[in-house]
Amino acid sequence: MKVELDPDSAREPIIEFRKAGYRLPNGQALLEDLSIAVGRGETLALLGRSGAGKTTALKLINRMLDPSDGEILVEGKSTLGWDAIALRRHIGYVIQDIGLFPHFTIEQNVSLIPRLEEWPVERIRARVKELLSLVGLDPDTFSKRYPHQLSGGQRQRVGIARALAVDPPILLMDEPFGALDPLTTGELLKEFRQLQRRLQKTIVMVTHDVGESLLLATRIALLDGGKLAGIFSATEFLSAQEPLAAAYVANFRMYEEAERANEPH
Amino acid sequence: MNLIDFFIRHQREIGQATLEHIWLVGISMLLAVAIGVPLGIIVTRHPWLSKPILGGANIAETIPSLALFGFLLPVPWLGARADRLVITALMLYALLPIIRNTSTGISSVNAAVREAARGMGMTQNQILFQVELPLSVPTILAGVRVATVLTIGIATIAAAVGAGGLGEFIFRGLAMVNDQLILAGAIPAAALALLADFILSLLERRLRPAQS
Repeated sequence: MKVELDPDSAREPIIEFRKAGYRLPNGQALLEDLSIAVGRGETLALLGRSGAGKTTALKLINRMLDPSDGEILVEGKSTLGWDAIALRRHIGYVIQDIGLFPHFTIEQNVSLIPRLEEWPVERIRARVKELLSLVGLDPDTFSKRYPHQLSGGQRQRVGIARALAVDPPILLMDEPFGALDPLTTGELLKEFRQLQRRLQKTIVMVTHDVGESLLLATRIALLDGGKLAGIFSATEFLSAQEPLAAAYVANFRMYEEAERANEPH
Repeated sequence: MNLIDFFIRHQREIGQATLEHIWLVGISMLLAVAIGVPLGIIVTRHPWLSKPILGGANIAETIPSLALFGFLLPVPWLGARADRLVITALMLYALLPIIRNTSTGISSVNAAVREAARGMGMTQNQILFQVELPLSVPTILAGVRVATVLTIGIATIAAAVGAGGLGEFIFRGLAMVNDQLILAGAIPAAALALLADFILSLLERRLRPAQS
């Protein structure tokens, strides 16, 4: 698969996979020969079934995993040349189970990295307020609460606020809108799209949801069995000939057809 | 009413012996926590060390206390004084529950919490001291509680090697076939165990983090 850049973000790539692969110690390959360049400000969706290598690819970006083959460049530098801690603080990370710290208040959760980076207290307090408002949570109501006092959707918002704390240029999201009821997911998606336009982050997100990909992503990278099956823009994806992409689209269209079938004649 | 009279008449000696008892148990427990918690952390970091460390602590646990005193007697510095000997033995008994609960506490921290911590760029030490240990405190305290209650009981045997404590009364009572003397040792020892259990369980509940 040749390296291709999104035409309207043909600026310098901020993340670049070069023939990257990851194998388990027992030799089983989870990801093979992946080459993609992600332009600054772009949102790339990694779409595929469970076990397709999406999360593996994501974890290679912030050195949660190191590649067994090839390399991944972040800001033009191989991840192996980055200090893992510095790299991770340069990249926001949101996972499906969020992983809020249960013994910290919302404020402490959001301010963890600024505190580790020894920001002045006043700046931290202002930043927490700003972030909570940004993700649609009232700072006065939520700052002092603990994670278990929040609903799933609210916790997910806190997870996003926490990932944005030190204003990293890159955001990695592993099924951030999964595990919520569909209405909550919908609301969150809508708000996140506005947030995305405002903040202009480079985002790589793992998803198995076509709607979510079409809504948020500038491009969709389709993974199948640890290999890249194709890279598409939203319009390309909807008319793609590639069998797996076509299957996803057909599945997605099923809902529209159901709607049409139920229209009164 | 005889017994109460006896307690009142001998309150100074009983008080003295209780303080000795608390001292022996207290020092042993401090040492056991100081050694057991780091060992528990090591076990979670290096799984291959878990067999030798937990195995060793397990063996110490199974040696009868009188025999353990006997084994420690010829050890140069330790055997020289009864209190050193007893404190070492008591500490060895207390180690197992503390090591085991520390490692259980740390390994039962939610995987998502640990992954988020790592992914956000916390160092291993920051994860240990700010996330894993605080979340394990209740489990570790539960181990300390079990160990303390166990140690308070075993410490009565310390009198056999002349380290004092409430065991003095029990051994003297046994020798003189005097029930009141035996009870003068046994009742305060039981009360101490209950009290320690109560206080530590209170602490444990207070420090339990909110459930997510």
